[in-house]
Amino acid sequence: MTPETLDVDELLDDPARRVVVCCGSGGVGKTTSAAALGLRAAERGRRTVVITVDPARRLAQSMGLESLDNTPRRVPLPEGTPGELHAMMLDMKRTFDQVVEEHADPARARQILDNPFYETLSTSFSGTQEYMAMERLGQLRESEEWDLVVVDTPPSRSALDFLDAPERLGRFLDGRLMRFLTAPAGSGPLRLLGAGVGMVTSVIGKIVGAQFLNDLRSFTSAFEAVFGGFQERAERTYRLLQDPGTAFVVVAAPEPDAMREAAFFVERLASDGMPLAGLVLNRTHPLPEGPAARLGAEEAERAAEELSRDGEHPVAEAALRLHAERARTRGRELLLRDRLLTAHPGVRVAEVAALAGDVHDLTGLRWVGARLAGGGHEGSAGAE
Amino acid sequence: MLWHGPTGAAVTGPHRLRGVSEREHRSPGSWGPCADARLHIVTGKGGTGKTTAAAALATALASGGRRTLLVEVEGRQGVAALLERSPLPYEERTMLSAPGGGTVSVLAADPESALMEYLELFYGMRRAGQALTRLGAVDFATTVAPGVRDVLLTGKATEAVRRRKGHRGRPSSAPAGTPFAYDAVVMDAPPTGRIGRFLNVNAEVAGLAKVGPVHDHAARAAEVIRSDRTRVHVVTLLEEMPAQETADGLDELAGLGLHPGAVLVNMVRPRLLGDADLEAARAGTLDRASLAAGLAAAGLPEPEDLAAGLEGELHTHAVRTELEERVRGELTALGRPVLEMPRLERGSGEQAVQRLARALTDQGVGR
Repeated sequence: MTPETLDVDELLDDPARRVVVCCGSGGVGKTTSAAALGLRAAERGRRTVVITVDPARRLAQSMGLESLDNTPRRVPLPEGTPGELHAMMLDMKRTFDQVVEEHADPARARQILDNPFYETLSTSFSGTQEYMAMERLGQLRESEEWDLVVVDTPPSRSALDFLDAPERLGRFLDGRLMRFLTAPAGSGPLRLLGAGVGMVTSVIGKIVGAQFLNDLRSFTSAFEAVFGGFQERAERTYRLLQDPGTAFVVVAAPEPDAMREAAFFVERLASDGMPLAGLVLNRTHPLPEGPAARLGAEEAERAAEELSRDGEHPVAEAALRLHAERARTRGRELLLRDRLLTAHPGVRVAEVAALAGDVHDLTGLRWVGARLAGGGHEGSAGAE
Repeated sequence: MLWHGPTGAAVTGPHRLRGVSEREHRSPGSWGPCADARLHIVTGKGGTGKTTAAAALATALASGGRRTLLVEVEGRQGVAALLERSPLPYEERTMLSAPGGGTVSVLAADPESALMEYLELFYGMRRAGQALTRLGAVDFATTVAPGVRDVLLTGKATEAVRRRKGHRGRPSSAPAGTPFAYDAVVMDAPPTGRIGRFLNVNAEVAGLAKVGPVHDHAARAAEVIRSDRTRVHVVTLLEEMPAQETADGLDELAGLGLHPGAVLVNMVRPRLLGDADLEAARAGTLDRASLAAGLAAAGLPEPEDLAAGLEGELHTHAVRTELEERVRGELTALGRPVLEMPRLERGSGEQAVQRLARALTDQGVGR
């Protein structure tokens, strides 16, 4: 099965393309892919900003920056580069603070920011990071300062969390339990629930403490008065993702878990009418061209066994064992890839061969970008 | 300087080569400081094989007729996937046997079930718990107060650590000297990025409930987690990013007053070439004619062209091995016991777990 090739350059060059979202499960090379796409777009003439959520300083340093923060910083590129690359790292608390400060009068903003519950909400709520990544994406997109915004999604437990978290958070804040907890005693929802209510209140009080409930109540009333409902806001950012100017790139490593997540994501994008550009298959192990590509694992293993009998050709024996392992790995990778393509025909694929080490600099990012664009083996010295 | 890294674990597996001296077994003493631990918390960067390592550790610790419990806390059903079984219910169920008659029980803990159990056990409040479920207890526990979720999960694991035979739920009621229900508990914990917050339950809950049952529950969990009979092990690969996270994670754990355990290096590849050949492969100075002669001797067609292709693969292997040796050196310099587990052809299924457990036993675990 030969998959259709994901043409990354076509994706990045289209002036109507304003947002590229890189998604996938953790540890598959999303951040590097996002940075490589951003660099390639800049070098092809677009004014690009990359939003990362990865706090590893390594990435900032690979782009020649000491560190990244919530404001886009310009990445120094060689003279004559037609576009620009800027990079930022999502600071979810800072982003949340800004949203509050923008929308509330100073007194009310203070009231919200000082509430102990706000601290939890803005730093450790599950879903806040995803939600704030969306918020920041929306801000950058609306500013019209950028030709292209490339987003590296948070390292969620599941790739789908990125799509669901903002809405879940919104639903939660608008939800039944929240209304229940924050309603004045004895009013509406309490009466409807009937038996068990007293116990529920007592349980919640026991678990989180009465002070927490009070903080939560005053927080919610201050917050709602300003924003008029979280859910609506979450839905608006969600709609941005369905815009035809947005494209999703699903990143996966050729391993069962990551590929399963990738398949879920492909399905989900289709069912939500979100534009999938293609699949990046990262860290693959292609075989060398020539007769080595045709030498199967079993044959190589057999030949190695034969050589091991007299032990006169240790290097050839080692080479054959190594090849057998690589050929088996490659076989599994192709099986995983083809399984996904059988279930989702027509998904375009770009393959990036595994590097022996990490990407350390712009040269490395450029190399990944070239591979994403289907570039051959040029400059592949570091490839596995 | 490149090739005399610290002696690693025994390289087992089918790829042993004549002419390449098998590296020495790590002396069993290296696991020493962790041998007395009753709670083993396993963390690491995502994708390093935490669940596999935790299962192998639980199996190795059970060898020789002991009983261990493997607890997973992320609701991912990772152990079920690893053992290629259908999703596990919220109950401690014997799933693996260890050499010498030991058994490993598995518990897939999730916050909602842990909350229900907690409410019922401590307050007899099943009905209130059900009402809470209807109102969205899961959303509640996991969203509004992540600290509470962590307390429920760590509380569940530490309860199993403290549990005495025949005194489930109320360890304090057991007479002194009653044997523990489990000889050791292994927790498949959240990744390094979240481990500090997860284990620092006291601080988490202090912001929520300053007194009351949940506060006491958290304090009991924290007491076990901070005890020097609890060790936090970090799983890594011989790659830069996971190794960096290992170093950062160990720093953070020590800063929180927790007891770092071993560095568990997963998916270690066998070494196929001696030092001189490896260096030649890396430098691109391998004798291709001799390689081709070997391939011809094995009866393979087009030995010259094949040699060119395989030379590329050997080069990659050598570059990678060089990097791995450097990373191995950095990991050893962290000053923790370093245990290695081989890369397996097939990384899931009970056999894989048993195989890795044997590798750990060979390095002193469970002896």
